[in-house]
Amino acid sequence: MVTVEQPPISAPAPPRPALRRRRGLKVTRGYRVFQAVNAVVLTVVVIVTLYPFVNVVARSFSQEAYIRAGQVNLVPRGFNLSTYKLVMADDMFWANYRNTVFYTVVATAVAIVLTTCYAYVLSKKQLRGRSALVGIAVFTMFFSGGLIPNYILVTSLGLKNSVWAIALPNAISVFNLLVMKAFFESMPVELEEAAAVDGLDTYRILWRIVLPLSKAMIATMVLFYAVAFWNSWFSAFLYMDQSELFPVTVYLRNLIAGATGAGSVGAADADLQTAANIQAVTIVLTVVPILLVYPFVQRYFVSGVMLGAVKG
Amino acid sequence: MSVPGTLDPPRSTPEATRATPDPAPPVRARRLSWRRALRRDWQLYSLALLPLLFFAVFRYLPMIGNVIAFRKFQPGGNPLGEYWVGLRYVEMFLNDSTFWNVFTNTLVLGVLTLVVCFPLPIVLALLFNELSSRRLKRFVQSVSYLPHFLSVVIIAAMVMQLLSVDGTVNQVVRAFGGEPISFLQQPEWFRTIYVSSEAWQTVGWGTILYLAALTTVDSDLYEAARIDGAGRWRQTWHVTLPGIRPTMVTLLILNIGTFMAVGFEKILLLYNPLTYPTGDVVSTYLFRMGVLSNSFSYAAAIGLFEAVIGLTLVLSANLIARRAVGTSLW
Repeated sequence: MVTVEQPPISAPAPPRPALRRRRGLKVTRGYRVFQAVNAVVLTVVVIVTLYPFVNVVARSFSQEAYIRAGQVNLVPRGFNLSTYKLVMADDMFWANYRNTVFYTVVATAVAIVLTTCYAYVLSKKQLRGRSALVGIAVFTMFFSGGLIPNYILVTSLGLKNSVWAIALPNAISVFNLLVMKAFFESMPVELEEAAAVDGLDTYRILWRIVLPLSKAMIATMVLFYAVAFWNSWFSAFLYMDQSELFPVTVYLRNLIAGATGAGSVGAADADLQTAANIQAVTIVLTVVPILLVYPFVQRYFVSGVMLGAVKG
Repeated sequence: MSVPGTLDPPRSTPEATRATPDPAPPVRARRLSWRRALRRDWQLYSLALLPLLFFAVFRYLPMIGNVIAFRKFQPGGNPLGEYWVGLRYVEMFLNDSTFWNVFTNTLVLGVLTLVVCFPLPIVLALLFNELSSRRLKRFVQSVSYLPHFLSVVIIAAMVMQLLSVDGTVNQVVRAFGGEPISFLQQPEWFRTIYVSSEAWQTVGWGTILYLAALTTVDSDLYEAARIDGAGRWRQTWHVTLPGIRPTMVTLLILNIGTFMAVGFEKILLLYNPLTYPTGDVVSTYLFRMGVLSNSFSYAAAIGLFEAVIGLTLVLSANLIARRAVGTSLW
């Protein structure tokens, strides 16, 4: 079972007051009714959240005829694995999947190095010019050059059709930067002071003292960036024009683009439906890695966001 | 050797200074000259070089690149444009009826998203907080966070599956004797679809910060309110909500800041020429104008206009919040 408690990051967690016991000594009838209604509402929330997943899984195992007839909801009709075999036999799908992994690894590595370095610098309160350095980063949260100048920039730098078009323009997320800065600020200064007395320079203090103590934070940052890059599609869509370079998100996007009529407006219904189970299978295969790691990484995300909120 | 970024005597952080009744001598007085700072902390500064290069090239250079909004730009030519044309492109979009249509769409979608997606996490967080079973609470929370982790492409794909002619929603429509509707082809449905998919994806995750804020509300206040005879509703109204107000205001300002950029990627995936009348927004319009039709200067002019409005909105929201409730981002 997934746990939300015990943030893995050593942020000083505020003690949870025992609200419920203190708030109401006597449980009124109105409150009992409220509790029942609340349980119902939250059950509906759970169902509404999960239904699309269940539905897409059901469609992925169903025969097309049943999907077209509008008979597939919670359980597969005409159970079969042939659509899975069909999609998995597509070399392009796997090539694009490999691209997603490659882009995610490279972009995350670049992002972690840059973010860690800058966050560490920004965490030094006595550093001359620190507030200017913070300002340079924070200003970009509220004002950006916009799509067109970015497009021209990446194109003129000759980054098109390379992993750098994805990795470099998104190398630092200012939100992540501030979370990490807050974390470094919360570390005790004494350790670094002691290391300095022992004659270590800044690089060695960062590498040997600070980073080993920041493993949980760095893991959280890796997750933040990796999920963002894994899910991203627009940079690749914008800067890559060969299908063997696409990440799997763009593969899926091109598959569904036909269905919205983004390309072909008045396409006949029959054409739209041909891909229905193939679409479902592709969605399932794309979403599975996220669903598999989700239960284990979710608490890192929660604690990371909280740290950013409390300190940021 | 001294510690990077610290003065030799034990430092006093601003917080510590405020806490001690007898304030330490102000740190500012001992500020270093630039030369001494560089000599002492050059290694720290060197760590900032690559990140600064990133900000210069990929954040600030594009801001300068916006000059092409006032210059003639030729693809493949000078990235900063060939020659000045003044406000030609600005006048062009101000006289463009399509621009005003997409501008209205942006405002409508932005307001709808704000009205629906801002209060819902607060409500949901309050409901979570009232659950008596810890395990149930944990489970519901975990489930509700899940959509946040999905790619917008997957969200769009699932929306299409649910809303297709054979999808679940149309099955419900049929069950009530209606005719199936091709939702994604009809402009009058676009806003509903966009806002509800946005809510589906963001509401659960949005509760996190409120739940964190709820744990910090002083429980003595509840005690006091109860002694004063306040029931649960009034405790919620008079204690809980004021307790999480700073969080609410901060998130509201941030939401207003992203107002103009309304879900560009999701709209790009969900809209089509049939739904342009309600679905096309400023960002998607300038994307089509610039990247697809090569009118870079025209699109850059629109983009600059959008960015300036966005910045103005954040600044004024921040100012109003500071004046009115005393909470602000800076």
